[in-house]
Amino acid sequence: MEILVCVKRVPDMAENEIEVNKDGSDIERDDLVYSVNEWDNYAVEEAIQIRDKVGGSVTVVSVGGEEAEEIIRREMAMGADKGVHLSDQAFEESDGKGLVRILQAAIEKGSYDLILTGVQADDGAGQVGGMLAAMLDWPFASLVNHIKVINDRTITVGREIAAGNQEMNEIDLPCVLSIQTGINEPRYVGIRGIRKVASVEIPVFGASDIGLSPDLVGNSGAKISRVDYFVPDLGEGAKILEGDTGEILEKLIEILQSKGGIK
Amino acid sequence: MALQIFSYILHKGGGVDDSALELVTAAHEIDPDASVTALVIGSGTDLYSVCNEVAPSYQNVWKIDNRDLSYANGEVIRGLLPRILPKGSIVLVPHEHFGMDLAPGLSVKLDTAYLPDAVSFEGIEDGKLKAVREEYSGMVSTHVRCDISTGAVITVRAGAFKADESKGKTGEVVDKTTEALTGGLPGGARRFIEIVEAEVGDVDITKSESLVSVGRGIEDEDNIEIIHDLAEAMGADVSCSRPIVDAKWLEKSRQVGTSGQTVRPKVYMALGISGSFQHLGGIKGAPFMIAINKNVKAPIFQVSDIGVVADILDFVPELTDKIKEMKG
Repeated sequence: MEILVCVKRVPDMAENEIEVNKDGSDIERDDLVYSVNEWDNYAVEEAIQIRDKVGGSVTVVSVGGEEAEEIIRREMAMGADKGVHLSDQAFEESDGKGLVRILQAAIEKGSYDLILTGVQADDGAGQVGGMLAAMLDWPFASLVNHIKVINDRTITVGREIAAGNQEMNEIDLPCVLSIQTGINEPRYVGIRGIRKVASVEIPVFGASDIGLSPDLVGNSGAKISRVDYFVPDLGEGAKILEGDTGEILEKLIEILQSKGGIK
Repeated sequence: MALQIFSYILHKGGGVDDSALELVTAAHEIDPDASVTALVIGSGTDLYSVCNEVAPSYQNVWKIDNRDLSYANGEVIRGLLPRILPKGSIVLVPHEHFGMDLAPGLSVKLDTAYLPDAVSFEGIEDGKLKAVREEYSGMVSTHVRCDISTGAVITVRAGAFKADESKGKTGEVVDKTTEALTGGLPGGARRFIEIVEAEVGDVDITKSESLVSVGRGIEDEDNIEIIHDLAEAMGADVSCSRPIVDAKWLEKSRQVGTSGQTVRPKVYMALGISGSFQHLGGIKGAPFMIAINKNVKAPIFQVSDIGVVADILDFVPELTDKIKEMKG
């Protein structure tokens, strides 16, 4: 099975505190630690596991500037066979749909049976997989937390729905799936793994290479644009307990007792 | 000119989801003069009661009634809606597991803008709707402008808009079944099989009066021990946020959130939990909330009664010792 996984480089939520910059034009990017989007990493692991069972190959694709290369390489160290880097000045300021047009153009240059994305990334939009499937006119399933290959035309997928329940579907290939965290346990990538793929050539394609008209992407193709970042004022919020640890513990235990939190 | 706005109505077993009335408010925040139509898709008597229930809240109710639509399959409905929606429509869909399945692709099929997970609207200027979204699990918010001149598909966060209880409308139910099904049932490439119910765990956290809930701040599986110790000292049960279940450090039945359990404790302690809306969506009944987090800017502090800014790895064992000492 030929599998493509779309991945994104994002600020690592486990390593950073996200704050708005001074003029509200962006988040504070100085000293941010970046990594591959958590959901995407589960998607790559799932693709590798499928390939190891039924054969084929895993390609990782990312849209972004030079720095996107490091995460493509990281996912190759994990076990992906190929990387594709889509980069062009014309791609900057694309909205979600513009981004998906870029991916679509690249996908139509290749031949894939299964395309995986993460459910969502840093912006929480959760839009790439669903839009991509619609543009390709392929079937789609979101929030996938289980995949079983039936044959080379059909797979079974589980979707995570409310209250811990799972919706089982049969879906024809080729299709697009958005992968939920927890579907597997992504393998650890050590420094040796990274070294092994350090010199692998990752091809970079721009708009003309994938036959994409630049006015469909970037700012000119965008229907959605971000105005600013801010931290909403949600009122007072919690009363923060002050003092040294001993005092805080005492106050907290008193409160817990009065509210019935200690039996 | 007043906008024509459509709301996708979620329903189950003939009962209407809370989002149905929230979408009425959301539509009027986009345009106070909007004509708002409920889209109700399903089958038989269930569909009949859903239409009746939403009619007092919507100007119009459009229904698609077919036996094969008794379970809402996003793939099928994505094929049906473009057959009945007028060009340039604005479609509101709840941002949850069905909406996330349906909506992004629907915007492609309708060739309109897609605005995901809106939490409020701030008016229209030059054909552009200004909306508020959250990024980075609610750590920051953004204003976005969405060009709605050729329509839009907008997903709306559950609970972000107050339900419109005015019920002053008398929506006429219009049967759109024939129009929608001309050309047959679309979406045959994805076939619904069954719902697999969640496994029941050893503790039913939905019945717990006091919960000690742990999140990403615990850092390592070995540290979960300190949470169990605290819960034991307090006489509380242990629950958690999603990353803990993803890492398989606790069983799925202990996960609080929209994709996990809905809990109604009296006291809820959030330890190293940032407070994403998916997590908070699983906490009902307005419990007394205590947040302990080393990041003073964590959204959990906004919704808690009491906060302690501390690393749970240091603070929790001390709290446990102190409680034990007190109890003797």
